[in-house]
This record gives sequence, C-alpha cells and structure tokens, in this order.
Amino acid sequence: MKKPKFGVVVFPGSNCDHDTYYVLKKILDLDVIFLWHKQATIEDCDVIILPGGFSYGDYLRTGAIARFSPIMNEVISFANNGGFVFGICNGFQILLEAGLLPGVMIRNESLNFVCKDVYLNIENRDTVFTKGINGKSSLKIPIAHGEGNYFADENTLKELEENNQIVFKYSESDGLITDNANPNGSIMNIAGIVNKPGNVLGMMPHPERSSDSVLGKTDGRLIFKALVNNIFN
Amino acid sequence: MFKAKVLIKRRKTILDPQGKAVEIGAKHLGLTNIKNTRIDKYIEFNVDTKNRKSAEDEVNDYCKKLLANPIMEDYEFTLSEWTPPEEEAK
Repeated sequence: MKKPKFGVVVFPGSNCDHDTYYVLKKILDLDVIFLWHKQATIEDCDVIILPGGFSYGDYLRTGAIARFSPIMNEVISFANNGGFVFGICNGFQILLEAGLLPGVMIRNESLNFVCKDVYLNIENRDTVFTKGINGKSSLKIPIAHGEGNYFADENTLKELEENNQIVFKYSESDGLITDNANPNGSIMNIAGIVNKPGNVLGMMPHPERSSDSVLGKTDGRLIFKALVNNIFN
Repeated sequence: MFKAKVLIKRRKTILDPQGKAVEIGAKHLGLTNIKNTRIDKYIEFNVDTKNRKSAEDEVNDYCKKLLANPIMEDYEFTLSEWTPPEEEAK
C-alpha cells in the first residue's frame, strides 16, 4: 500500500511540531518532514499538518498572523485543489483565520486554560480522517487551550450540520453529548470540523498526545491511521 | 504622514467572556450599576503617505485582512495628519 508523505509546518511559536513528527515517524513509521513557515513550497507532501502551539504568541487573534506566513499561500491552494490539510489546536485556529474552515474561535467560557483528557464522539465516520475507526463509542484525547470556544452563526451551523461537516463533538465517555462534557463553551459541543469537500480537518484536541502507549492512551493514533489507510483509497 | 486610530469591536451577538469576567470584579467592588462590559481593541499606527485616499485604502486593507476578523468583528478608524517629532524639531 502506498503511504502518504506528511509535512509538519513549523511556525514561530509552534510547540507540538516535534510531538507530531515523532508520532508519524516513530510510532506510525511514516515519511515525514518539517516545513519552515517561510518556505514557499510544501515540496512533495501528500498531507500538511498545521501543529499546535502559540504561533506568533497568539497576538491579535490566535492564528491571525500565521495565516499570512509565506507557506500559507501554498497550503491554501493545496487545500483548495483537494490536498489533505489537518490542523490541530493552533493549527485549527489558523485554518479558521485562513478561511479554509468556517467559524471563529473565542476565549474559553471559563477564561481558564484547560488542559485535560476529554472524550470525543465521532459525529461523521465517513471522512478520510475517521473512516474505519470502529468499536469505539468515543475517543479519549487531551485538549490544551485557552481559546477553543468554537463559534459560528446560525446559517453556518445549519450548513455544517446539513453537509455532515461536524466530525467531533465533546462527549461523555459513552459518546453522549452533554453540557457537562463541554470543556470550553463551544457551540453545540463542536470539537472538530471538516470543510465541505472533506479534505481539510481542524480539531482542538491533540491526537498526537494520545498516540504513544507510554502516555497511557492511544486513541489519537486511530485518526492518523485512518488518514493513512483512506487517503489513496 | 497620517496617524490612524482603529477601534475593533466584537459584534454584540458574540459572547465576550473577558468582559463578563471583568464585570464580576465590578460586582465585587460594589459597582452595582455596571452592565454589559465589553473588551475591544484599540490600535494605533502611522501611515507614511501624503495622500489621504491611499492612506484610507491601506488602513481599510489592513483592517479587513488582518486587524479585524470580519466574521465576528467590526472596525472603525480615524485618520489625522501627523508629523514625526524629530521632523517637527528641525
């Protein structure tokens, strides 16, 4: 089976770039390279990962300045031509600012930086990022963010629902969506969405932090694996 | 040269968790009449051109593309002629 080549973009202030690289390279034995944000090409990568962190110190708005890094022009046209782009945490925020995904991220309702394991219900099991993840009522993956409170207007939410673009919602361990399971105030418990064609995913939880068994949880690995299995099929 | 003063305001329909939290402080202070605290952004910068129209265009561009997120924020600005202090001293 042909395996995709991954490119992890490194912005000034990215801090999950090495974790993501490690998981792809050492745990999943994949071809992966770092892409410095100032370079103008994404080389021959099949999947671009925008990793977590605090690009440009989160100044102005999270992701707002990284969105104009030189590499982003290439990432945007890659995405618009069907290329696979996966934004994790700050990467999700950058995708929102770049207009590759709809909506905005605001400060957590509690104003606290929340760093803990959460459970995600898979709302759409038919994306390249989730297809084939079976036998799980929810995924246990950690979050670590201060601005993960997803917001979109009514029309956008309607569209997201109609097109099945909501991929992950914060849930109880049995997959039940409750207010109690919502860690940041996100509208409709939204934790991750895809664009309409389904080739761009943004999620606030960190799958790379739950991929190595020494960390006591490996559900995040399932997402990377699904992507690898589905991408050329 | 011009000085631009930009005010970026989050739309009323969008929750402002910071404003809400700060208002709790007001309550603790005993300021019971304070309502609807909103924390917005004020940004100042210079625009190095003599032409007011091109200065306005550039400020609009800056606001629309970077300073404000049009999905959740509106902006307004003023432009006034401005001379750098070192030139004034000459």
